[in-house]
Amino acid sequence: MSQFLQVLLSGLATGSIYALAAIGFTLLWQAAQTVNFAQGEFVMLPAFFVLFAIKVLSFPLWLALLFGLLLAVLLLGLLFKKIIAEPMQGNLGLPLVIATMALAILMKESTKMFFGAEAQPFPELFPADTMNVLGAIVSVQDLLNLATSLLCVVALSMFLNRTRTGRCMQATAQNPAVAEILGVNIKRMVLYTFLINAALAALASFLISPLYLAKFSNGETLGIVAFIAAIIGGFNQIRGALVGGLLIGVLDNLVATYVTAEYRAAVPLVLLIAIILWRPQGLLGTSEGRKV
Amino acid sequence: MMRRTVATLAIASVAALMSLPSALLAQETVKIPCLCEASGAAAVSGTNLSDGAHLAIEEINAAGGILGKQIEMVNYDTQSDPQVSRALMQKAIDDGAYAVVGTVFSGSTIVNMLVSQQAGVPQFTGSEAPNITAQGNPYIFRTASSAAKGVPSLTPYFKDTLKADKVAVAWVNNEFGKGGHDVFVGEMEKAGIEIVADVSSEQGQADFAADISKIKESGAKAVFVYLNEEESARLLREAKKQGLSIPLVGEVTLTGQKVIELAGDAANGAYAHVGLTTGADVPSIREFADKFNARYNRTTDHNGIKGYIAVYAIKYLTELVGGFDREALAKKAHGLTLDVATYPGMLLTTSWDDKGELSRESFMTQVVDGKQVVIGTVPAN
Repeated sequence: MSQFLQVLLSGLATGSIYALAAIGFTLLWQAAQTVNFAQGEFVMLPAFFVLFAIKVLSFPLWLALLFGLLLAVLLLGLLFKKIIAEPMQGNLGLPLVIATMALAILMKESTKMFFGAEAQPFPELFPADTMNVLGAIVSVQDLLNLATSLLCVVALSMFLNRTRTGRCMQATAQNPAVAEILGVNIKRMVLYTFLINAALAALASFLISPLYLAKFSNGETLGIVAFIAAIIGGFNQIRGALVGGLLIGVLDNLVATYVTAEYRAAVPLVLLIAIILWRPQGLLGTSEGRKV
Repeated sequence: MMRRTVATLAIASVAALMSLPSALLAQETVKIPCLCEASGAAAVSGTNLSDGAHLAIEEINAAGGILGKQIEMVNYDTQSDPQVSRALMQKAIDDGAYAVVGTVFSGSTIVNMLVSQQAGVPQFTGSEAPNITAQGNPYIFRTASSAAKGVPSLTPYFKDTLKADKVAVAWVNNEFGKGGHDVFVGEMEKAGIEIVADVSSEQGQADFAADISKIKESGAKAVFVYLNEEESARLLREAKKQGLSIPLVGEVTLTGQKVIELAGDAANGAYAHVGLTTGADVPSIREFADKFNARYNRTTDHNGIKGYIAVYAIKYLTELVGGFDREALAKKAHGLTLDVATYPGMLLTTSWDDKGELSRESFMTQVVDGKQVVIGTVPAN
């Protein structure tokens, strides 16, 4: 029981971080009708902003995290939209998809050049203690990672559903033409989406780097897992991305513990194939048609 | 008249220089390339190996080189990829390599050493997988003991010091890991110690939650950890996170400088048997560590020592042979012992057997307050 609870918790904690990155996929899909294949690198890079602030600028951790968050929002949100996404919109999304692939390579190689190929330690945000839950010894770090991610997703959902700006963003995602007729500043709403995506990626980066270590190649795995999570959950639903992320995190840990460690990496892919075959819109997604 | 004489002399000098065979000019240097992992999973090890080798070259060149020739070392980044390493080995040999230093990553060495063997180029590797010297390749030489030599040194530690009757083993599923795992399992069987959890992981694996969970539930009294540096650090961090309280014992990497840096507090208390360590209380190694720190403004793990002694071994063997004869160098090294008193660049007295396997004194270490501390010496076997 103790082992199952710990494995489940670890899976949920990791899965919730995957979910943050996966939500970014769904947000950009809704706002720009494109897939950002640099999403993994968006999660990789903010950790290095923090390390830069700590090592070079000698900032304390809290200030370095704030610096990393702001820089991520500025570079991965604002600049990404203005320099790459905006000029390429209106071309059925394909040029932008290819541009994000190139951006992923650029970010990865630049990070390698400036920060080196070696992994670097990232400061722990939460204490690495254990606590007793229902008779099982579980990690406090896992609990707090899970709580932080879920809190963030809940806050995002409340923002989108219960605020005027959030509803305008949803209207823009659902039908930009009608939203504009109704007076919604759709350019601003799309910009907000990009900024939120960057902030979520930064948060995922801060939570996952203490365990995964900060490394230029981290985005490869994270990007793929988050992409699969978004598809499994439903590419056009935030709650779908959350479910997809949690599902992959939990399944990965359960399979590695109770079935096979050797083939754990295959599990998300098998799940992906099954979902595409039997429910292409994802577990919680809705069917969409589009003229091409 | 004077002007004409000077002009004639100048023309004659140029003509004389041009008539020199190009081979003679080329003999001013000897090429010893470093096939190192500057990127990829083994980048930490490869970088240290390369830096150690370059440090030795600077010293040797400053003292006149090898038999009057300056050493020229070009680095070839294998990207920790076996196929890339094979192609680069061929390129290094085509470029005129006299001998090769590297690679560290066993999966690469097992592939690229076939190329150096075919070309008859001696190769001084930093790899530790047992099967590298079991292939009958007369041109491969180790710069550190293999797992087949190192892991058995841990058996008395598990049996007598820790008094563990049940152990777990966490290993990386690659050439390096499989070699260490197989030797360890065999040793435990011989010692009558039960292996209650056999946990393999993939190279580059980031999440060790399931691995640690399995070890916790297995009832093991100690864990043998045989992973690369980054994975070792991630496992240590996860072990601390889940409150794993049994001793973690490794071979070589677990108490290395890079692992300590990456794992932070989580590395404290970890044990490892190491063939080479800059923390050893040996004057020659302390002197090397100081020189490395002064040159690169950082510390190195055992891989820096491997690179350093690889270059010195090539120098001493060439001088013993009395010329740049690759085949004679390889023959000379087999069954040879280089005494540190006569050959100080070896740092410790070193012997190679007829397969290129290495033997010398080694150390038991523990991480205490974020530093690797030598807690015992293991004699050469």
